[in-house]
Parts: sequence; structure tokens; C-alpha cells
Amino acid sequence: MFAASQSDPNSGWEAKAVEFFKDHLKEKDAPTSVPSLNDVPLHYLKPNSLVKFRCLIQDMFDPEFYMGVYETVDPATKAKVLRCGKYKDVTECGVSRVDFNSRNTVTAERQTFYCVPIPGENPWVKEISSLSRVVPSTSYAPTRQKRSYEEDDEMDDMDTQPQKQREPHPGMTQNVGHGNGDCKRQETEAPSSQTASTSHLDLNFPLPGEKGPSCLVKVYENWDNFKLNDTLEVYGILSVSPALSALADEKDASSSIMDPTESMETAEEQRVHCPPASLVPRLHMLHARPVSHNNPLLPSATLEDNSAFLSSTLSEMASVRAELLTYFTHILLGDALAAEYLILHLISNVYSRRDVLPLGKFTLNLSGCPTASYTERLYQIIQQLVPSSYYLGMSLQNMNQMRLVPKKDYVANRLASGVLQLARHTSLFLDEIQLEQGQLDTTGVRNVTALGNLITWQKVDYDFNYHQMEFPCNINVLIVSEGRSLLPSDCQIHLQSQVTPANMEEYLSSIHMHTQTSSQLNKFRIYLSVARLLDYNISDEMTKSVEDDFVDMRKDDPQSVSAEDLHRMLVVARLLSLSLGQTSLSRDSWLRAKHIDMLRRSRMEQHKCVNGNEP
Amino acid sequence: MSSPTSTPGGCKRGRNTNPATPSSEGPTSPPSQRRRGQDSSTGDLMPMPTSPATDILSPAAPQDTSLFSSPRPSVQPNEVDMSSPLMYGTPSSRVEGTPRSGVRGTPARQRPDLGSVRKAPQVDLHSEYFIFLRFLQRFIDPTSNEDENAGLDLNEPLYMQKLEEVVYLSVLNSAVVILLYIFCILMLISKIFFPQEVIPTFDMAVNELFFERFPDSILEFQIQVRPYNALKTRNMRSLNPEDIDQLITISGMVIRTSQLIPEMQEAFFQCQVCAYSTRVEVDRGRIAEPAVCRHCNTTHSLALVHNRSVFSDKQMVKIQESPEDMPAGQTPHTTIVYAHNDLVDKVQPGDRINITGIYRAVPMRVSPIQSNVKSVYKTHIDAIHFRKTDEKRLHGVDDDADQKLFTEDRVQTLKELAAKPDVYERLSSALAPSIYEHEDIKKGILLQLFGGSRKDFTQTGRGNFRAEVNILLCGDPGTSKSQLLQYVFNLVPRGQYTSGKGSSAVGLTAYVMKDPETRQLVLQTGALVLSDNGICCIDEFDKMSDSTRSVLHEVMEQQTLSIAKAGIICQLNARTAVLAAANPIESQWNPKKTTIENIQLPHTLLSRFDLIFLMLDPQDEAYDRRLAHHLVSLYYQSEEQMEEEFLDMAVLRDYIAYARTYINPRLSEEASQALIEAYVDMRKIGSGRGMVSAYPRQLESLIRLAEAHAKVRFSEKVETIDVEEAKRLHREALKQSATDPRTGFVDIAILTTGMSATARKRKEEAAQALKKLIQAKGKTPAMKYHQLLDDLRGQSETAITKELFDEALRALADEDYLTVTGKTVRLLA
Repeated sequence: MFAASQSDPNSGWEAKAVEFFKDHLKEKDAPTSVPSLNDVPLHYLKPNSLVKFRCLIQDMFDPEFYMGVYETVDPATKAKVLRCGKYKDVTECGVSRVDFNSRNTVTAERQTFYCVPIPGENPWVKEISSLSRVVPSTSYAPTRQKRSYEEDDEMDDMDTQPQKQREPHPGMTQNVGHGNGDCKRQETEAPSSQTASTSHLDLNFPLPGEKGPSCLVKVYENWDNFKLNDTLEVYGILSVSPALSALADEKDASSSIMDPTESMETAEEQRVHCPPASLVPRLHMLHARPVSHNNPLLPSATLEDNSAFLSSTLSEMASVRAELLTYFTHILLGDALAAEYLILHLISNVYSRRDVLPLGKFTLNLSGCPTASYTERLYQIIQQLVPSSYYLGMSLQNMNQMRLVPKKDYVANRLASGVLQLARHTSLFLDEIQLEQGQLDTTGVRNVTALGNLITWQKVDYDFNYHQMEFPCNINVLIVSEGRSLLPSDCQIHLQSQVTPANMEEYLSSIHMHTQTSSQLNKFRIYLSVARLLDYNISDEMTKSVEDDFVDMRKDDPQSVSAEDLHRMLVVARLLSLSLGQTSLSRDSWLRAKHIDMLRRSRMEQHKCVNGNEP
Repeated sequence: MSSPTSTPGGCKRGRNTNPATPSSEGPTSPPSQRRRGQDSSTGDLMPMPTSPATDILSPAAPQDTSLFSSPRPSVQPNEVDMSSPLMYGTPSSRVEGTPRSGVRGTPARQRPDLGSVRKAPQVDLHSEYFIFLRFLQRFIDPTSNEDENAGLDLNEPLYMQKLEEVVYLSVLNSAVVILLYIFCILMLISKIFFPQEVIPTFDMAVNELFFERFPDSILEFQIQVRPYNALKTRNMRSLNPEDIDQLITISGMVIRTSQLIPEMQEAFFQCQVCAYSTRVEVDRGRIAEPAVCRHCNTTHSLALVHNRSVFSDKQMVKIQESPEDMPAGQTPHTTIVYAHNDLVDKVQPGDRINITGIYRAVPMRVSPIQSNVKSVYKTHIDAIHFRKTDEKRLHGVDDDADQKLFTEDRVQTLKELAAKPDVYERLSSALAPSIYEHEDIKKGILLQLFGGSRKDFTQTGRGNFRAEVNILLCGDPGTSKSQLLQYVFNLVPRGQYTSGKGSSAVGLTAYVMKDPETRQLVLQTGALVLSDNGICCIDEFDKMSDSTRSVLHEVMEQQTLSIAKAGIICQLNARTAVLAAANPIESQWNPKKTTIENIQLPHTLLSRFDLIFLMLDPQDEAYDRRLAHHLVSLYYQSEEQMEEEFLDMAVLRDYIAYARTYINPRLSEEASQALIEAYVDMRKIGSGRGMVSAYPRQLESLIRLAEAHAKVRFSEKVETIDVEEAKRLHREALKQSATDPRTGFVDIAILTTGMSATARKRKEEAAQALKKLIQAKGKTPAMKYHQLLDDLRGQSETAITKELFDEALRALADEDYLTVTGKTVRLLA
């Protein structure tokens, strides 16, 4: 396949070539035989070979015109050769020169996307996907042994130990590496050796402390079909021509003496749009596959195509659910109801939008969490289960300083990313326990508003300075707090600890010890991802009975049951059915949904009586 | 790219590919050798008169024809280019510039915005020339409006008058610019495809015409033709390689402007030894410094004298797609525009402009040493004309900005839709389909979206009448008020959404800040100004602070906003419709209280709302059932099913935009009669019980609503049915919000004075009773407050609340009968 991609660009043609690759990639194991930029360090990969890259479209640059076909002239022999510029960054001339006045030149258009690895992708995902990594046939033996990802993971694990002596940190506890304070500037300056060299270059990852290659993906057709924040698996030709870097370096060196008309593009813009190819490789897209999930344990094709896999998982679902429920109950201090809701939350998904209303979102507010260290542990457990997640400590400092909403940087002409630029299905863990007394400044207020909008409408208004633009998103937000959260939520449940405060410390430390075997973890992981992807419907019969139920409930107590409650109960019923692997609503599920909602409400009532400060 | 090969505005780019230095072959030609060029049947293209300024300017037609009639097939275009005169003609280098200009001293300067001519077009420039001349002499603007052509006779040829203006007023001294609305189809086509060739021809024609008519006048600069509105305004996104080197008009928003860049056109060198001076033209962005003085043969003795060199102004402007043009889920594109000479500093960041210019592409070079070239072009637009689309927004209604271009088909569909008898119901049900019922509220909002007709009474001193309909929604929490607001905000192009809790007075109006780049004080406009001609949605209206709310008084009736801060005193237009949502003060609506008491808003503000709707939970079984059905179906019906049922949001948006732009209904005779009757009726209802139930403000509301309803029907006339619906809706809203909970009657006084007439009556009765009580007590100059209250309670048959007692006391105090100090009541007199 590599040979094919390197074959003479003048032969055959475009449509056929793309078709060829698409056909091959459809074959079952073909995708696995292509090395992935996510796992394989760049220097192992051969330039101009076929690679794949699992990524998120972070920014879209302006379309560019390139020479689709050009003619070169050998100065000695005057021989003219027609060449193709597609899937290439630099013209190939050798000794000959490009004839700019040739009438055979064809100008074509292509679009550039700036892609980053899926933000918040958890270590286990990387680990598992890199197990199946393909080491490409390379002509040279690497002289420098890179730190493997396994080691990275260990390192990450060490980092994730709660480090109380540190000040509350902007990002995850993982980024212990860099100092506090000026977090925006240092976003990408992770301490690892891998990224040390990139310190002068802001790779614009949405989340602080991320690492991995970012890529300029050149798209040749149908670029209108791609949307910002789409997750894709791109198959394309890697281009790391040193000529591109030469260009960048030279720019830096000679910028002072340049003709003013040349410096129209500011240095920042240059740096962003033409970063050295060794850091930000170019990828010429042949084919892209939308990624519906980034769980490497699931087959990458859609579920419908994999009926065997689907049926086997479905049959197991009920039992896995029971196990998971026990596990969560244990973690949530013996609270089975909260555990149930946590499962529902983790499989929620915005499946549709009706004009402005997102359907299917299920933001959970877990109130009554004991201590800060507990929430951190809880996050670690969730991190082990979902493919991508992010921990946002809502400390005052974080709220006032972090850039949550992406903002257009007109100087560099790019979209400076923010924490809320996340791929869909990412779990966002908001730790409100970290919030202390103090004052939110303008940024803080804006950040809190942005979080509120995210939860209520599942959209983020990106800041384009002169106007705002709305981008829909699909993020599972879990808020842990002591009392009721200051942010809106679809559902609030107060944690009822079965553990006496005296034993709390002991219990907490035992939680972390109680790690699951990896096979069981994998089962949970598959379960959560599959449940989210299932289809769902309600039969006419059930519709009728739900309606009747609602009318009856309203009759009994019109004050306490509102349209809002019906909304929520329908979502709960849906998630409950899906969590059991049922693709349509059954009477039992509906009753069960009603039941747990009632339990939850009565608990809230109780709590209200005790506290008396509920709004 | 240290080699400054691409001087985009530079004149010579692309004409001379002979290397200046042996190592670098100039990759300078714009990539317009597209396949299109191959269409020409003549095989080898005719070399073009590369410098129209000299070749064609001379009116000697034979020269022209010889150029076209004698193709020189053996000559490579490059070589021809070599011999052509320099584009930036200087007085010394080009004597014969503009016709007769050599004599009159009008320097002919090649326009930097047009750049060079590189290849021969299939255009007969000669005939173009005469067509254009005729056009200039005869063109009468059929769509002329007063603003732009003030003082011109509309029946005389427009451009001839403009030329006269030039002479008599010498309006512009830097460059005389004729703005030309492209009119003639023939010219249009050739101009779009070959702007670089055709526009200079037009320039010539204008100049020649000018000197023919006014042979004695002297112009410092040439007259330039600036065409605008090329064929149609295009979207930035639709630009493609086909457009390179063609005249385009795109719209966008300025996001950055660079510093002014003086671009050297001609360098002046002087020998240090013998003071011999020489001029060197810029060659592709480079000045070749003469090594040897030609006069005294000293080597390396020449020094550049800056202030005798010739520079031209240049500026880079970056424009971005306007948010309306963008498909959802994509980021806006940006394009670089170069402005030259007098266009420099014409636009500021934030301006929305239509720009006409020539689209260019320049190859990028990797390095001067390597022969490899990056196979990518840099694109930009050389601006010929800017037109600000929001220029007039501060002064009057801007029709241009709102004018959406509708295709014929679209207009047809809209008109068909309008012809349907139930269009009103259809549209209102298409509004926020996910929100259940509340039909009347949706209808009210629909009418708000359309708005009334604008009336101008400035001449009679009454100012503008408000055409916007303001609506207040109040009701129980969780009745999807916010959702409705959010929907409206998403529907209208110029909508703003704020929350009362989060907005301050300055956030709504405007604030002054220091621009970080220019360090100048700039006025940043707030939500109300931004939603001029749109709708401002304010959620949690009741949570707004009083000072913030007071801003709204002016906006909601006068539709202006006066600002006096930091030395900036101005009045901005804020012709915005306000859609507000408020929660009752006790979180649940108390049906025993009036609207005012429930939401605690000042009645001065409330009376400015045309319609006040209550969104209450009806608590009725049939309703519950329908609601449940609606919600459940929301959750399981597929997207397609839903879409069939309701009108598309895009159709609705277009429908509203079309009606707002083109329909301006006037009251018909019957309608006015009906309105008068309606008003009289409303007054009558109250007069029977001794209260006023309608004020002129209500009449105005009725008129607005009737007009809006006529707009929904695409009718130019307000008819009786419109009035009927307006009356019905108004009554519905009144019934909900202005019903006196004690009597059950509709009482407009609740909204206008904040107190129902019965309440006022009771207050008076209490005051009288109190007065009697005090008088009965005899001559006690001071009384205890509490005792008085108890006495009054004992005496009165109706319950006397403390509030009522206080009000009675206040009423008596107003009569100067007594004063209240602390807990004692003293009699006066």
C-alpha cells in the first residue's frame, strides 16, 4: 500500500486512486495495517507514506489555491515535464524549474484543517490502541529510544496521585508539571521531553497538558461536509518535507529585513499557518471516516455492520450492568440510587435537537460529596471507564483565569482553543467542591455563563470578538458539589453515605485499592460505549400509557409535576432502557424510571427539610 | 520569503519573468493560465497592449487596430512585456500619459489597484471605449436616490453632471473618483473577466471626455473609474480558482487593518561625489541600486534620498465572512485585501463592507536559493471600491443592509404561502414547534417579528412613531419562557439575548473604552444598540436592577438611546423590539394579585409593552394529555417526521425578512374606522364603572398590531380583518394581564397607573373613614399610630390591612390634614 501511495503521481488518476484506497480500507483488517500518527512517533514514519490519524478538527483555515498540474522545464535540455501537485506541499523539480507561464498549469483549491488528537483521551485508550500499532517498515533503525507510551502512562498515574501540597491547579491534577499562575501561556509546555522542543510553539490544544502530534490536514474534496469539532479518522499521505520548515526558519531569520509588503502576514500568523513540518506534519487526506466513538475495544465500524458483536454484547448487558452497579455503589459510599443515576448519566447522549432544544442530555449534579480527595478519586475511576474525559476543578482561580470558550485570535488568525472545545461524548467532570469564597471577575462570570449555556443548551458560543458564533456540542457534564450546584443541571441527587464519618478516611483509601481486573474494566468500558450508541424508540402503545400516567400524576398533585418533570422522566426511562440493552421502552422500564425518580425526589425533600436552605 | 517577489499591488508582477538575478527565476505570474485560456482558438494569444496608458490613450485608433489585427505569433509574451513601458508612469518617464495631460500637467499614474496586464483578452477594447463613452454621456440613473446625488438633476445624464461638479467645485483634489454602477450588460461581462484591461480603458474615456468638455481645467490627478456592484455580491466562500484576476464583489467584515505602508515606487539616488541624481523604478519590489555613477564614474557613490523618492500608500485589510453567510458548524473564512492610495484608512475594524476588487493569486516561493516552490498560492484582493453596508445605520433605516437577495423561486414560494388563507396560523405554529400550545403568545411574537410600519412625523415635530411591538411574558417558572426567547433569538438575524441578572445598564446601552490598538476612546455598543432593527430578548426581566431598567424607558418608546459619558455625548438609534420574560416575585404566580404586584415592575415600564402575556400552567386534564402527547412525540419521532409537520425555520426566516423589507402596509379607510370604533369601545367598557380602560398608547398598539398582521398577509393595506385580529389579541393579552383579581374586570389602569380603579376607590374610602374617625375623636393634636389602626379596624366593616391604612394616612397627609412622624400621627391646622 505504501508503494501505491508513492507511485508516480502522474500515473492513473485521482478518482481512481481515491477509490482504490477507499476500497482497501473497507477490508476488515486493512485499517489496522496502516500506521497511526497517534501511536507512532513521527520520526518512525516514512515521509510520503500512508498513515492514519484519529483527530478532532480544531480550526479551519482559509482555503488555499495550489498548482494542481504544473510544468517543469529542465534548463539544460529544455525538456518539459508535466507534474501533478495534488497531495503535495512542494513542487518537485530537481534541477529543473517550474514554468509559471505554462498554459498547462491548472489551479485547484483545497482546504486546510488544523487537527489535534481527541482532547481528553484517557490513557487506557491510547494504551490499547497502541498495542495494535503497526511499526512501519523503515529503512533506518532509530538511534534514539523514545519513551514508550506505557511508560508515559505510568508517569501519568504517578501524576494523578492527589498532590495536596500544590496549590489548586488550573487544569487536571495531571499537569503537575508546570507552575501555577500564567497557565494560558504555558498551556502546551508540558514538562515531558517529548514536547520540550515545542515550547516556543503553541500547538493550540483545547486542554492544558495535552500532548501528541497535531496535524495540518489538507482536504481535497467535500470539505463543506466537515464541521468544526468533528472527530475523524483521517487516512492520508504524510508530508514532512523539510522545505516547509526551511521556509519557516528563514522567515524568522529574515523577518527584520523583509520587504514590508511581505510581512502582511504577521510573524504569529506565519508561525501558526506554517509551523515546522517536523512538529506539525501535513497530512493530505485521501479518505476520512467519522469516528462515532473512540473506544478501541469496540469495532471501529458502525454497530449495524457488526451484528455479531452487537448481539453478544447485548446479551451480556444486563449482567454487566449489575456488576457495574455494585461497583459504583461501592464507590459512591454504598448509595445504590446514586450509582444507578451515575450509570444513566454516563450513557447519556444528545441524540437529536428540536429547534433549539437538545434532546437526551442528562447532566447530573451529585451533591453531598464529602471531601475534595473523594471527588478526585471518583474522577479517576470515571477516567478508567470512559474513553475521553476532563476534570475541571471549579476553583475561583481556575474560573477567573482559564479560557473555557475558544476565542478567535485575529493576530495569528486562528481559533485559540479553550477547555470547552471538546469532542462529543467527552465526560466533563466539574468539581465544585474546590470553589471557595471570593469574587468572580469578568472572565469568571463569563466562564460560569458559558458552563451554564453548555449544560442547558449543549452549545458553546465561540468568541469571534466582533460577534459570537454558536457551536453545538454533546458533552456529558457531571457536577459534584457539597450543596446544590450553582450551575443548572437536569437532575440533582444527594449522596447518602452509608459510611459513618469516622470510618470515612479508611473507606476512602480502600476505594482506590479496590481496583478491578482489567478484563472486568474492559467489560465496563464496552458496556458504556455500546449503550450510548444504541437506537431507541417508543411504541405507540407505550406513548399512550405514558400520557395517561402523566395525566394521572398531574391530577394527584398538579403542583409538583410539571412539563419539566415529564421531560426528565422520559430521558430517564430512555436511558434506563438502554442501560439494560433494550431498544424500546417497556412498561417495566417506565415504572422503574418513575420509581427511581420518586425516590430521588423524596430524598431531596428530606434533604431540604434537614438543610432548609434549598432555594 | 526573503525575496520580495510578490508585490501584490505592484505593477509589474507577472509581466517580466526574465530573472533579475540569475539564481532566481521569478515565480511571479498569477496563476491565471488556467484552462480557460486554452479556449482561445487563435492558439497563440495576441500580445496585449500591456500599458494601456500609453498605447491606447492616444486616441489614434489605427494603433489599436494594428495591435489587434497583427498577431505576432513568434513573439513570446514575456519578451513583449519586457519592452513595455513601466506601469508606474512618472512625469519624467511618461510624457504623453493622459491625453493632453502632458500639456496640462495632470500626471498620469498607473493605478496600483489594477496592476498589470499580462495576457491578451478577447475583448475589443476599442469598441468598449466608445460604448462606455456613450454610457457616460447618456446614463440617467433610474433608481437614483436623493441622498447620494443631492443637488443633481435626476433627468440629466448622471455622470456628465458629476464631471461638471468636478470642475466647479473641485470636490476632490487627491483623486477624482467616479463611482460607476455597472449597468451595461456588454461592459459588465468584459469587465468582470478582464478588469485590468477594461477599467483603464474606461479611465481613458472619462478623462478624455472631461478634457473635451472642459478644455481649460487642470486636474492634479487623473479621474478614475471605480466600478462597484459587480454582477452580484458573492459570498467569500464561493470564491474559487475561476475567479482569479476577475472583478468580484464580496461582502464581509473588516477584522484588521495594517499600518499604512509606504510603498516605494521610484527611488531617488544622488551621487555623493558629483551630486548627479538618478531615478530608479521599483522592479518587482526591489530597487537596483546603481553601482556606478554615470556622470563621474565613481563606483558605489550613490546614496538613496528618501524624501525625494516617490511612494504610494498601501494598506492591508483583512476581512472575514459575515456571520450570516456562514454555514453552521464551520469557522469563518478570511481574505486579505490591499487598499491603495485614497482607499487607505477608509475602513475600520468592525465595519461591514461590500468590497469590489480584483482577485489575485501569487505563488509562494520556498527560498531564493532552492528552485522548489511551495505549490500554494497566496491570494488577496486588490480593492477598487469599498462600500460600507452599515454606514447609515446610525442615521436612518438602512435598506441595503437588510436587503436579502431572494431568488425568483423563493419569492414565488413565499407569495404562494402568503396567499393561503391560514398563513397566519401556519406561521404561528411553525414558531418554536417544540413549545407546546400558547397559541396566542406565539401569534403575538409572530406579529412582533413582523413589526408595524414606520411612520415619520419629524417634520411636524412629533418625531418617529414606534413601529416595533414590545412583548412581556410573565408566568410560572418552567413554562418554557426562556426557550421561547432562545428560539426568537436564533430566528432573527439581528437578535440579542441577555439575561436581566447578568446585564448592567452599560451592557445594554453602550460603554466607552480605550481601544488597545489605537489607544483611542471608542464607543462599544451594548445589546440594545446591537439589536437595532432586530429583537432584543431579555430574560429574567424582573431581576434587573432599577438603574438598568430605567435605560429601557427611552428605548422602548422613543427608540433612541442617549449617552453622555467620557466626553462622548450622543444619541444612538435603538429601534429594537423588546421581548422580555419575567418571573413572578413569589416564584409562583399569585392569581389573587395583579400583574404589577406579581412581578413588581414599575408601571411606567409596563405600559410600554404592547402585549403582556401570562404563561401559566393551566392545570386541566385535557391540556395535560395534549402536552404529554406533544412531549412524548418529541422524544421518539424522527427528525424527518417533525419537519414535515412544520414549516422550515429557513422559510419562516425568509418570509419575515421579505415582509419586513418589501411590505409597508397603510391603513385603509375601513380599517381606520374599525380602529376608532375599537378604541371607543375600549374606553366605554371602563367609563360605565368610572374608570378609564384605554389610553392612546393602547390605540397605538392596536395600529401596530394591525399593521403587522397585514404584513403577515403580504398586504399593502391594513383591512378590517387585521384590526379584528389585533383587537382579539390585544384583548387576550389584556384579559390575562390586566384583569383585576378582585373584581374580575379588565382594567387597563392596572398597567398604566399600577393600581386598579377599585383599589384606588378603596383607598379613598379608607381615607375618608379615617378622617371621620379622627374628627370624631375631637381635638387631640397627636395620636398613636397603632391605636388609630386598631380603632379604624374596629369601626370598619371591611378588612383594613396595614398597607391600606398606610396609604390612607398618606392620602390624608397629601391633603395637609395630618403628618406622620414615626409612630405618632399629628393633626395639622
